[in-house]
This record gives sequence, C-alpha cells and structure tokens, in this order.
Amino acid sequence: LPAAVLLKDTKLMDVKLGQLGSWLAMRDFTPGGILGAMRRGYDRYYNKYINVRKGGLGGISMVLAGYVVLSYIWSYSHVKHDRRRKYH
Amino acid sequence: MLARLVLRAAPAALRALPPPVSVGVLHATRPLHTTQQSLAPVPPLPEKGGEVRHGLIPEEFFQFLYPKTGVTGPYMLGTGLLLYFLSKEIYVINHETAAAACILTVIVYGIKKFGPDVAAFADKLNEEKMATALAVKNEAMQALQKAIEDEKKEQWRVEGCGFLFDAKRNNIAMLLETNYRERLLMVYNEVKKRLDYQVAMQNLKRQKEQDHMIQWVEKNVVQSITPQQQKESIAKCILDLKALSKSAHAAV
Repeated sequence: LPAAVLLKDTKLMDVKLGQLGSWLAMRDFTPGGILGAMRRGYDRYYNKYINVRKGGLGGISMVLAGYVVLSYIWSYSHVKHDRRRKYH
Repeated sequence: MLARLVLRAAPAALRALPPPVSVGVLHATRPLHTTQQSLAPVPPLPEKGGEVRHGLIPEEFFQFLYPKTGVTGPYMLGTGLLLYFLSKEIYVINHETAAAACILTVIVYGIKKFGPDVAAFADKLNEEKMATALAVKNEAMQALQKAIEDEKKEQWRVEGCGFLFDAKRNNIAMLLETNYRERLLMVYNEVKKRLDYQVAMQNLKRQKEQDHMIQWVEKNVVQSITPQQQKESIAKCILDLKALSKSAHAAV
C-alpha cells in the first residue's frame, strides 16, 4: 500500500472529483496565501514560456488572448444589447 | 596594570550577562546546510519554451485529450464551442467583430512575413550578450589559472630555500672551524713561547754557573801560583826549550 499522501499536498490534477470541495476548503485563503499562489502561478508561466533561450510567439500571445477574453467577459453586459435575437 | 584589572573583570562580567535565550528556539528539527549551495552553478536556461499550437493553445491540452478523442478531438471541441457561443449569442457579432477580424488578419500576415527575421535579430542580440559574458568568464578563469601557476612556482621557489639554508649552514660551520683552528694555533704558539723562555732561562743559568765556576777556578789557580813557583816554572821552560832546540837542530 503506497504511503498515503495528505489531501492538502496533492496537486489539483490528482484530486478526485468527490474530494474537490474539501480540497478547496483546505487551501490557504489568507492574503499572504493568495499572493503566494499568484506568485507561484506567475513564476510557473514565466519560467515555462518566457524565460527560455528561444522564446516563441505563444508566450505573449496567450497573455493577450487571455486579456481579450477577460475584457469581453467584463463588457458582456454592455454587448448584450447588440444581440440580433432576443430568445435563443 | 589596567589590563590586568580588565582581564580580572571580564569573567565576572560574562557571568553577569543573562543566559542565552533558550537554545531550543532554533529547533533541532530544522535541518541546516543539508543541501548543496543552491545558487551555483545556475542551471542553464531551457532551449525552447512550452509548445503552443496556433500561438494560442498550449500543447498540453491536445495531449490531455488525445487518449480519449484522438487527434481531432480538441478541434471538434473548439468547433462545437464556437458554434454554441454563436448560436446562443454568448459571442455577439457586431461592429467589433469586423474590426477584430481585420486586425487579426493584419497581425497574422505581419507575423508570418516578418516573424523569422525578428526572431533572428533577437537571437543575434542574445548571442552577443552571451558572448561577452562567456568572454568575461573565460578571462576570469584564465587569470585564475595563471594565478595558480604563479603560486605553484612560488612554492617551488620556496623549496629552493632549503638549499640556500644548507649552504649558509655550511658557511657558518666553516667559519667556526676556521676560528677554532686559529685559536688553537695561537694557544700552541703562546705555550711554545713560554716553554722556550723557560728552556732559555735554564740554559742561561747553566752557562752562567759554568762561566762563573771556570773563572773562579782560574782565579784561584792564578792566585795559587806563588812567585817562587813562577821562577821555577820559567827556568824549567827554558831548559825544555833548549832541549827541544837541540833535538830540532839534530833533526835538521
């Protein structure tokens, strides 16, 4: 029987669907924790796509695409009025 | 004197200090210096970044769906999502769509045409930076190598000092020997002089005694010759002479 890993330490992709709720509850939601999570995410993205010898287009284009999508979501309530049909 | 006072006061002062704050604060469970120094050598940068398909979607997504849906899975997902957004008008087609289409066309055309050139230029800049850094590193390494060789040479020279000291020791030994022999000679000469003096003194004394004795004997003998004896001896001598002259005349 392999040594049981604490739920706290498992990665998101290894968490079973049923444990998702408890896993989320265990995360660190203090401001320091949130900042740490953001810093870790940034570092991961940076070291994978930008901090390389021959960086490609994908590094920044993914960021820009994300920005486009986010700004569309934020302005959806305003774009809603341009719909051609009222009922879908 | 004041230093002694200070030295005597020091242990008392040390005892007066409060004991160090509980040693257990730094728990023994936290390991220190167990791993190697993490800063050097810095691992080299990866050659290429993560794979991105069509410049927008990372390759991991395609690999994630490949076992279940094969190669076309993500594309079908994309198409389905697009149609869903369009039909439900979650994505609304308005003037912004036309503008986005034009902009995207221009951007894609520009990238396809000038991409490789810009990439080559950026690579060249990077290469130059790397070359200067490498040159600095190589120079530093060479300087250090040279320093190491110089140091080894100095150590070799220090070994030669041993010979130098041996030669000097020999010199000193010779000087001492010479000095000793000089003094020995001097002692011998002095002693000889003194002994010669003693011998000369003895000789002189003997001679003086002899001379004195001879003189005394002569004096006494001369004194003892009375005038009567002198006349008799002179007469005898004359008689002897006459006899001799007779024999001499006879011989001739």
